[in-house]
Amino acid sequence: MSRPRVGVLALQGDVREHAQALERCGARTVAVRSPADLRGLAGIVLPGGESTTVSMLLVREGLAQPLAGELRAGLPALATCAGLIVLARQVLDGRPDQHVCGVLDVVVRRNAFGRQVASFERPVDIAVLGPVAFPGVFIRAPWLESVGPQVEVLAHVADADGHPRAVMVRQGAVIGTSFHPELTADDRVHALLLGRCTAPSGTSTGAGAAGAAAPQVPAAAVPLGVG
Amino acid sequence: MTERTAAAGDDMTLPTDSPPPARGTERVKRGMAEMLKGGVIMDVVTAEQARIAEDAGAVAVMALERVPADIRANGGVARMSDPEMVESIMAAVSIPVMAKARIGHIAEAEVLQAIGVDYIDESEVLTPADEAHHIDKWAFTVPFVNGATGLGEALRRISEGAAMIRSKGEAGTGNVVEAVRHMRAIRSEIARVSALPPEELFAVAKALQAPHGLLVEVAARGRLPVVLFTAGGIATPADAALMMRLGADGVFVGSGIFKSGDPARRASAIVQATVHHDSPDLIAKVSRGLGEAMVGINIDTLGQSERFAGRGW
Repeated sequence: MSRPRVGVLALQGDVREHAQALERCGARTVAVRSPADLRGLAGIVLPGGESTTVSMLLVREGLAQPLAGELRAGLPALATCAGLIVLARQVLDGRPDQHVCGVLDVVVRRNAFGRQVASFERPVDIAVLGPVAFPGVFIRAPWLESVGPQVEVLAHVADADGHPRAVMVRQGAVIGTSFHPELTADDRVHALLLGRCTAPSGTSTGAGAAGAAAPQVPAAAVPLGVG
Repeated sequence: MTERTAAAGDDMTLPTDSPPPARGTERVKRGMAEMLKGGVIMDVVTAEQARIAEDAGAVAVMALERVPADIRANGGVARMSDPEMVESIMAAVSIPVMAKARIGHIAEAEVLQAIGVDYIDESEVLTPADEAHHIDKWAFTVPFVNGATGLGEALRRISEGAAMIRSKGEAGTGNVVEAVRHMRAIRSEIARVSALPPEELFAVAKALQAPHGLLVEVAARGRLPVVLFTAGGIATPADAALMMRLGADGVFVGSGIFKSGDPARRASAIVQATVHHDSPDLIAKVSRGLGEAMVGINIDTLGQSERFAGRGW
């Protein structure tokens, strides 16, 4: 069985942890640092990191537009924390120049759960991953303030006041989480991504079952209300 | 299934039996440092400098009253910065803000935690408050970074709860030689223990004055269980690239930026050199016309009492 070739955006952040999780799920990983690295990928991960730095580097490297183009064309992606922020249509509490890709029709609030002293772990119920709660690791985490009609909210957690906040979304083949699945030994979120990634030969991975069981938004239906 | 608004207050339900969030866990503290990897953390003394650092792509700033070069020049006792000054920097930028407490100064660390800094550097650059004991960092919610000159020191700090390690270097000199020495020491000691049979790790733990359990973990993984940054004397893009080539996960730049001729350009150049540390062409490009680097001090000319790296036990 051929293994899908999945890129990990490697400008800054916890690139290694994502690569390890993907490889545990049966993918081959490649570091993406320039537009040429986007060629021939079956999927891509945008890791956690510092979103101001990552968005700045994306622009500086000339990667923002080619990456957005690939994602709009249906390249499956998993974007965690800072990755989610750089894909958002609008960023609250960020820098004015921060929404660099605008691929996900969501409004995201940076550091919404608070500073590092408020960072936390808690189990998160994610229906598409099955009945067992997912170990959520939230580090200066954002939440989704609002989402567009094409966006499915896959999970919520309570904020400090007990209000439910959206922390995982899917739009077409792009999954975004405000938590860090790569910092856990639970690979179900990465498997969900790989379920959408097909190897160049067209062979899907063994991890595909998790994705296939999930309610899908057709990849073609990614019309983004992005102005 | 689809939510038009993700804001609170509508019909979303949460399980009522879900456990409360766990703050200050080992994973949350160490994970925060993982997010800084491949990045540059810059010393800043004003909100304006903090904004320049953020604009240049810093992953975090270290808020302090005097950069190490000025601590050297001014002498006297160096302490935690004024909380008001730290808070003004926290208000000025959206990236994480770190601040320094004296070695062993539990109360300074508690103050910094209370005002909400994102990371505390228990730093040898400040005048130590305790000559025998470091802070019990497990007792805090906020994570700590500590300096180390070798593997034994790194593991002692991790056993006290440090969630991130940096090489010490000789801060405020603009001379990278000590940072290189410490990074090479840590990396070569890790390589050595990784090659040893398990029965020899007991004696190595004794010689390194390091907890045996942590040493076994390092030997098995071939790296520290926490992120390893470098610090001390980094003044140019090539210095940053050198330290990344030697295996650092990221770079602290202290006096090197705001003691130079064109801080904004130098800061941006060091960020790019850190990302592209294996690309000499790019480092050449960003190094051109940067203006004057900080003057620097030859470490051989420092007296023993002027050396920071020997602080910490």
